[in-house]
Amino acid sequence: MAQRIYITGTGLISALGNNTEENLTALLEERSGIGQITLLNTIHKGKFPIAEVRLSNEELLDRLGLPKKTNLTRTAMLGMIAAREALDSAGIRDMKNVRTGLISATTVGGMDRSELFYEKFLTDNKKGRLRDVVNHDCGDSTERIADYTGIHEFITTISTACSSSLNSIAFGAELIRAGLVDRVLAGGTDSVTKFTLNGFNTLMILDKNNCRPFDETRAGLTLGEGAAYVVLESEQQVKKENKPVLCELTGYGNANDAYHQTASSPEGIGAFMAMQKALQMSGLKPGGIDYINVHGTGTSNNDLSEGIAIERLFGDDVPAFSSTKSYTGHTLGAAGAVETVISILSMRNHVIFPNLNFSTPMKELKIVPVTMLRQDAEIRNVLTNSFGFGGNNSTLILSMVDSLQ
Amino acid sequence: MKDIFITGLGNVSPQRTFDNSQFLDEVISVSTNQLKCLDPNYKEFIPADMIRRMSRIIKFGVAAGKICLSDAGCEMPDAIITGTGLGCIEDTEKFLSNMISGKEEFLTPTSFIQSTHNTVSAQIALLLKCHNYNFTFVHRGLSFESALLNSILHIDSGQANTVLLGAMDELTRNTFLIQQRLGLIRQKPVDNLQLLNDELRGSIAGEGSAFFLLSSDPGKKNYGKIAGLDLFYNPTPAVINSRLSKFLADKGKSLDDIDLVICGMNGDMKNDKIYRELLEEMLPKTPAAVFKHLCGEYFTASAFGLWLAAKIIRQQHMPEVVSLKPSPTGKFRNILFYNHSRNIEHAFILVTQS
Repeated sequence: MAQRIYITGTGLISALGNNTEENLTALLEERSGIGQITLLNTIHKGKFPIAEVRLSNEELLDRLGLPKKTNLTRTAMLGMIAAREALDSAGIRDMKNVRTGLISATTVGGMDRSELFYEKFLTDNKKGRLRDVVNHDCGDSTERIADYTGIHEFITTISTACSSSLNSIAFGAELIRAGLVDRVLAGGTDSVTKFTLNGFNTLMILDKNNCRPFDETRAGLTLGEGAAYVVLESEQQVKKENKPVLCELTGYGNANDAYHQTASSPEGIGAFMAMQKALQMSGLKPGGIDYINVHGTGTSNNDLSEGIAIERLFGDDVPAFSSTKSYTGHTLGAAGAVETVISILSMRNHVIFPNLNFSTPMKELKIVPVTMLRQDAEIRNVLTNSFGFGGNNSTLILSMVDSLQ
Repeated sequence: MKDIFITGLGNVSPQRTFDNSQFLDEVISVSTNQLKCLDPNYKEFIPADMIRRMSRIIKFGVAAGKICLSDAGCEMPDAIITGTGLGCIEDTEKFLSNMISGKEEFLTPTSFIQSTHNTVSAQIALLLKCHNYNFTFVHRGLSFESALLNSILHIDSGQANTVLLGAMDELTRNTFLIQQRLGLIRQKPVDNLQLLNDELRGSIAGEGSAFFLLSSDPGKKNYGKIAGLDLFYNPTPAVINSRLSKFLADKGKSLDDIDLVICGMNGDMKNDKIYRELLEEMLPKTPAAVFKHLCGEYFTASAFGLWLAAKIIRQQHMPEVVSLKPSPTGKFRNILFYNHSRNIEHAFILVTQS
């Protein structure tokens, strides 16, 4: 029987706020973090809304207590802040006596700085400051977080597009179950860049207005940035320290759509399989799920595909669901972890956060998302989805814990 | 840990390794300080209309994956797990370049779509219509080893019987120039086959993709077993030594049991000092081999190294061109593989005859 895995701490920084508490306040006040582009020097300023973290790079450095002259990328700094908060909230200060792992995820990596390097370098190969490109790769932000938090036992980085940080959390659980570590800090981080803004624009899936997930008139996603981490601990570790837990990680699943590099299959094969695998692991029947935090990007393709997969899996008994991307934007590699933390907040505060900007049900679906803040909701089991390019589909299930056996 | 057999190999590299029937019979030498892949006939592995849009890393990654599956006689692996250090860097640079020169206008999506790091994993899944578990690790010099670890955990826990494990990195002109500016690659031309014969800073740049079919079943043929793996970060020399001792002891082996140590010396004297010290202190009499003079230095070069170990185990023969210290017995039962990247990411792999 596989070890039980508990979540004992969370860290979150997004357009909604700089820590978990600030995010919760914004969620409860139904205040979206989507606004205007301020951080990027782009021709698209004023054309597309975006969900930026409301701190400049200097302010992030300040919060980290680090000197102004730095190689640190924005991606790394966002990650370091959320990682520190997660460890603090789990009451972890000392790495020495407990084997601790770090699994982080990112899609953008250090692109926030390297795109500045390339601007100079591509016109003249002798130009461009090397300190802007050395941290370009995905592994950099993870190692910066490792150094900042003192985690050295096991460190790695996952990059599977928008499902990345759900995969981090799942892999973290696997490491604990294999007995390689006793606890893991797992999650992801991504910052806004011209590269991704232009990338999604060329695919014509960027909404000129705030995204409208699961709405008939939806016109695309709203780019966001942020970082989120959860502390996963083994049952043994939790009992040893007599530590309070937030919830249990009861299921996870990954499947590949194998349909197209970017588009999801019409029937949502990968989505269906991922959810099914997670349910199987949790031992829950579909009816046991009280709320789904959907991937719900607001693109024409995802929401239809995901909606169909949900209807197929849950039949006539689809639980309450909402996409919180209309609050946080699509935080890409960080999305899985951001929405995991939001799902935990949802469960523990007995509230379902609404799917903002919704007005018209999709004609192909029978289901509609929750559109009004629902308090006093009994949520024992949450399912959350994150689906990425390359058909990478992941699902996580979290459950409330009455007492530890 | 369950037995993890290597039942298939696929390797597209700067040497003629895509042909499994050969084993470094002829080697390629260049003095450009960069080793680019020798291409197989891609049409054998990928439909023509897909080839057109693929960047090099996707082509040689997918081809290596397919060669491996064919070698193993496996049509549908239970999981596809890959590692890459820089991902699809050519497509990334292409999109960046167009974005910058076009001042964010007139952009086309193909290179953006293909720049996501899990593209090779995804394209293989697409070709096979494989809906199974699919992960990609992108962590510098431990990208391949992270994928290897995940593969081992998957088989050991019973979640999979077969895993298609692979790694890939590509060399672009920009990456080459940046690495030279960083001092990682030599400025002065050196013949790759002479790479380890002098004491200079800098290595040579390389690229390639190596795939392995890992299975809980020994199959009709195999290239040995993965008997152990240890990944670690930023160690002192003392820690490297103690970790090696512990690593082998945990597997019930002593230093004397090691018939061959394959290490990732890359011609940079500071980098290579770490290997030399370990060999001198812990394995002074052990036969040794090197491989980066054949494939170059890149984040996932260790996959080429593991390919070498696997071939040696099966053929019980070490090609002269990789020999650093020859084997008097010609017996290769236990091979220790050790690689580090910039003395930050380190890993040991133990490969044993089955």
